[in-house]
Amino acid sequence: MKRIGVFICHCGVNISNTVDVKKVVEEISKIPSVVACADYQYMCSDPGQDMIKKAIKENQLDSVVVAACSPRMHEPTFRATVSDAGMNPYCFEMSNIREQCSWVHLDGEKATKKAIDLVKSSVARASLLEPLVSQGVPVVPKALVIGGGIAGIQTSLDIANSGYKVYLVEKEPSIGGHMARFDKTFPTLDCAACILTPKMVDVARHPNIELLTYSEVESIDGSVGNFHVRVKKNPRYVDMEKCTGCGSCAEACRLAGRIASEFDMGLGKRGAIYVPFPQAVPLRYTIDPEKCLFLKHGKCGTSPKCADVCTTDAIKFDDKPEFVEFDVGAIVVATGFKEFSAELKPEYCYDKYPNVMTGLELERIFAPSGPTGGKPKINGKEPKRIVFISCVGSRDKKVGNAYCSRVCCMYIAKQAHLLKEKIPDADITVMYTDMRAFGKGYEEFYERVQKEGIKYRRGNAAEVYGQDGKLFVRAEDTLLGEPYELEADLVVLGTGLTPNPLAEGIGKLLHLSLSSDGFFLEAHPKLRPVDTVIDGVFLAGVAQGPKDIPDTVAQASGAASHVVNLLSKDEIFAEPTIAVVDEDACVGCKTCMLLCPFEAHEFDEEKGVMKVNAALCKGCGSCAAACPSGSIRMNHFTNDQIIAQLLEVL
Amino acid sequence: MSDEWEPKIVGFLCNWCCYAGADMAGTSRMHYPANIRVIRVMCSSRINAEMIIKAFQTGADAVFIGGCHPGDCHYVDGNYRTKKRIDLLKRLIEHIGIEPERLRLEWISAAEGEEFAKTMKELRDDIKKLGPSPLREIAREAI
Repeated sequence: MKRIGVFICHCGVNISNTVDVKKVVEEISKIPSVVACADYQYMCSDPGQDMIKKAIKENQLDSVVVAACSPRMHEPTFRATVSDAGMNPYCFEMSNIREQCSWVHLDGEKATKKAIDLVKSSVARASLLEPLVSQGVPVVPKALVIGGGIAGIQTSLDIANSGYKVYLVEKEPSIGGHMARFDKTFPTLDCAACILTPKMVDVARHPNIELLTYSEVESIDGSVGNFHVRVKKNPRYVDMEKCTGCGSCAEACRLAGRIASEFDMGLGKRGAIYVPFPQAVPLRYTIDPEKCLFLKHGKCGTSPKCADVCTTDAIKFDDKPEFVEFDVGAIVVATGFKEFSAELKPEYCYDKYPNVMTGLELERIFAPSGPTGGKPKINGKEPKRIVFISCVGSRDKKVGNAYCSRVCCMYIAKQAHLLKEKIPDADITVMYTDMRAFGKGYEEFYERVQKEGIKYRRGNAAEVYGQDGKLFVRAEDTLLGEPYELEADLVVLGTGLTPNPLAEGIGKLLHLSLSSDGFFLEAHPKLRPVDTVIDGVFLAGVAQGPKDIPDTVAQASGAASHVVNLLSKDEIFAEPTIAVVDEDACVGCKTCMLLCPFEAHEFDEEKGVMKVNAALCKGCGSCAAACPSGSIRMNHFTNDQIIAQLLEVL
Repeated sequence: MSDEWEPKIVGFLCNWCCYAGADMAGTSRMHYPANIRVIRVMCSSRINAEMIIKAFQTGADAVFIGGCHPGDCHYVDGNYRTKKRIDLLKRLIEHIGIEPERLRLEWISAAEGEEFAKTMKELRDDIKKLGPSPLREIAREAI
């Protein structure tokens, strides 16, 4: 029989006010396997922990039960305590008699009875607990960063500066992400390009960063410390080594100025061979295979002009996708967002009128490198009456987005300010739901904008409609409680942020969960906002949820520090609470393999049985519950342990 | 059956959502009846039919399973498996004379302490109306 010690905490009066602790001690002491049983005011304090350590040694205990607060609170504390006294930490069990007993029940007698049942149940479980040992896994001191926006850039630079190799994968021909599209940033009105492009250049020339642009992650196998990654480099049809970025090919292209530029949100034009924007990194041209006449039809006039003018012979029409494979120890997901599709709010007629535009489109109008050269012209004219509509696609359950996008209030304020600066006699109205100016200097900026003569009217717009060539916005002022209507030359929709549609694929590759808003789920909303439940995989930026640039950069650096922390170890130890297959009982039916969300089960062809990859198993126990032959043992949550607990409470 | 009779309820709660929600009810001092005895598991999908049947066999008047909301599972999709299994098991226990209402599955998040307390009250009241589990008597006779 196991020798068990039980320690019951008063938690000051938190437990003992409701539960009769002495009575619990009295009942539990009657159990034959309980060779030591004591209570104490504060079990988690130093004297409390010493009491446990002393009892372990004096009574040669095999297992320890502490009845106190939630194991989610102090299980790690007491596991360390028993470890100090030489006991395996997995021989420790905790009974939750505070959060789930003394704090929620008023009737002392019933609470005491419940506490006794719970401790008995823990003792039954403790008598079946077995020592478990973690296995060490060597760590590959390299990292993969997915996404080359400001989040991915910051993470990559931080990791690389700590001396570790980084592979930065970006699907677009250039890094820079959404931030590269912005003109100025709120609330400081810093020029976005001036603060971003130097970082982009740093990435390109950093000896520890391998930049893989116009590339996609194809597959990821393995687990923390040792992921195997395969990346597909899409063909650019331009030799990266030979191209100097001179741009004569783009000027010569027969389709120059005829294709809508994605970077300019379709407002500007490019050719079939292009760079997304002049400050692109790497500054290398790419041929759009969907548009290029030669690639599509095999013919471009008498000969392709780009190839004719290229002095370095860089055009490579027979380019093929290339695959690169490498190993990394940690991964950062920084896949960013997609602007909300304004067409999903048909009442604002975004599809119908060119002078209804989204916030991101207006950014391009402001940008000196944008389609209008930075002049605020819509259809060639300066707009005089401008209406901003906030919360388009945010805080709107009708389109399935209950969340606040966190940046729109402030980018609207910034854009209103910039318009007023460029068109001083403009009449600008912002129709807002609630004003959320939460960041450093944000409220002050909002105040400044109001003083500049921007009108803020509470209550969102009901509809935008055109009549006799004019555009009108109808809304209700919810402070005055009356409807009103404004004529507008320009309507700007404060479109929110939605999850990047490509992120779902990345999530599947990595087995990441999404929260209900569609962004990646962090391991803990308060205390682990950078981690995911998959060890070695971290989140940075809007991929985890809408945030502004300062928050994105902070999280990116946070992710980098977690990566560096991991990569600096020679070996890491995984939790031993995993599934184990009994090879003698397994019939190789592969039920577990189909169930496992982490692909931890592998079929051993030679033996005809399943085996569990300890590094991949997360210990959910779903397989153990489903195994038809009962040959999967879920360490620390075995059938016997759970049933023993069950029998004691009934 | 006297007014004094109180149902015995066993709860299997997943560590990440429902168990944390139950802790939250405690931290927020939301009171509920003391009928439930909780067994913590890492994921609700750890629970198999044997455990639930065993609970009824040994005298549980109800079995409560608490997991994460769909899409919020710590283990990607464990809660979907739980849902499938519990739906099937409800039909099975009906065959052996146990009302399916005695097996209850709820999604409760770590933030929903109030929801947990409310569910515990409701469950106890519902089971009190149903009376003791018919299997209790049968099981006792069999022994």
